[in-house]
Amino acid sequence: MAKLVATLASTHHPFYLKATTAPKEKQIPQAAEWKRKVEAYRETLTAAKPDILVMVGSDHFHQFFLDNYPTFLIGKAPRYDATFYNEEREFGIPKYVLEGHEDFSRFMHEGLMEEGFDFAVSHELKIDHSIICPIITVRPDADLPVVPIYTNIFVPPLASVKRFWNLGRAIRKVLEAWPSDKRVAAIGTGHLSLELGGPRQFGPSGPDPEFDRKAVAWLANGDIEAIFENVTLESMVQSGNATQGFLNMILMMGVAGPVKADYADTLDLYHTMEAYFTWYPDGEKPARVANARVEETV
Amino acid sequence: MSKYWVNKFLYQIDRDPELLERYRTSPRAMVETWEQSIGPTMTSVEISTVNSFTPEEREALINQDYVALFEMGAHFFLNLTLFIAVFEEEYTARSGPLAFQLEFGRKLSHWLGREYPSVAL
Repeated sequence: MAKLVATLASTHHPFYLKATTAPKEKQIPQAAEWKRKVEAYRETLTAAKPDILVMVGSDHFHQFFLDNYPTFLIGKAPRYDATFYNEEREFGIPKYVLEGHEDFSRFMHEGLMEEGFDFAVSHELKIDHSIICPIITVRPDADLPVVPIYTNIFVPPLASVKRFWNLGRAIRKVLEAWPSDKRVAAIGTGHLSLELGGPRQFGPSGPDPEFDRKAVAWLANGDIEAIFENVTLESMVQSGNATQGFLNMILMMGVAGPVKADYADTLDLYHTMEAYFTWYPDGEKPARVANARVEETV
Repeated sequence: MSKYWVNKFLYQIDRDPELLERYRTSPRAMVETWEQSIGPTMTSVEISTVNSFTPEEREALINQDYVALFEMGAHFFLNLTLFIAVFEEEYTARSGPLAFQLEFGRKLSHWLGREYPSVAL
């Protein structure tokens, strides 16, 4: 059977590449630290030696629109183009072509249906920055095949907190049942507190630093019970109109299970707090992965 | 009110550099053309006949009034992304990075602490 070798969950800041490759005199003050943290986070994936990636993100009205917006969707194609014109324009993200893996996509699709998740499927999927940002940060050579999964985090009504967690659990179960000797890593991105197109956008920090501090501790501690007690679709919106992207972080913790993250790191930036988490199954943390722990008390 | 139609306008203009330039330089003409021919085109054969703007929605789009659009419940992501494309260059040249985004936020400051207009359709 396939082996899950690492689960990674992070925010996806579309300006990482631009911020860290701009001429030195134009870089934001945190650029060097940001790059250092991202490269340390990248090492948590590299050390796990994955062969294939299950990638969880959310289409930001690039391919999908309100005429037909899927709650959960899986890509099943031999290859995926990535990065839309308006993402190149706004974020300076280059185009990519990622290899797919149709057999694994089919297995995941059928298995997730079996588990009670009625996924939509796309055989011609162009991937957006929710999946390309983590390629840039943790696998910049873009040299591994991917199975892309999209969730709806911003077209109401959304699936519940519990549903996202359970989907993570189901993804773990199905991928480990895949009859293959491949080493699989699951990588997902979302947000902590975030405001877009509202009065709290682009402030000196994320719109709700208190939520961010708690959310980071919940993820670092694997404390799903605290998330169930404290986080609802309504409460997330109080922390910023785009905070429901936190649902993808919950999903990824669902893949890992209710256990402490082996690696957790954060970076306070203007507009948002960045956060990086890695879990290894059965505590099999590779020796070369640095120790990064955030303050875990709420 | 057709939030759906407003969102479709924002979505289609934002993803096409030629339409974006027309909207930036001649918003009234672009809104009129979109209403007549671009918005209703579903495929080269199929036409949508069931949507239209209210006068207020049309005016907000012609005036590039992102505050009014926010207040009508246009989707925050589309409303932000398109108007960054329309205004950012000019603001950055005049006042530095993020000047437009910060002004956008300030113009909505009367919504701080209140429940925002819903983007749900």
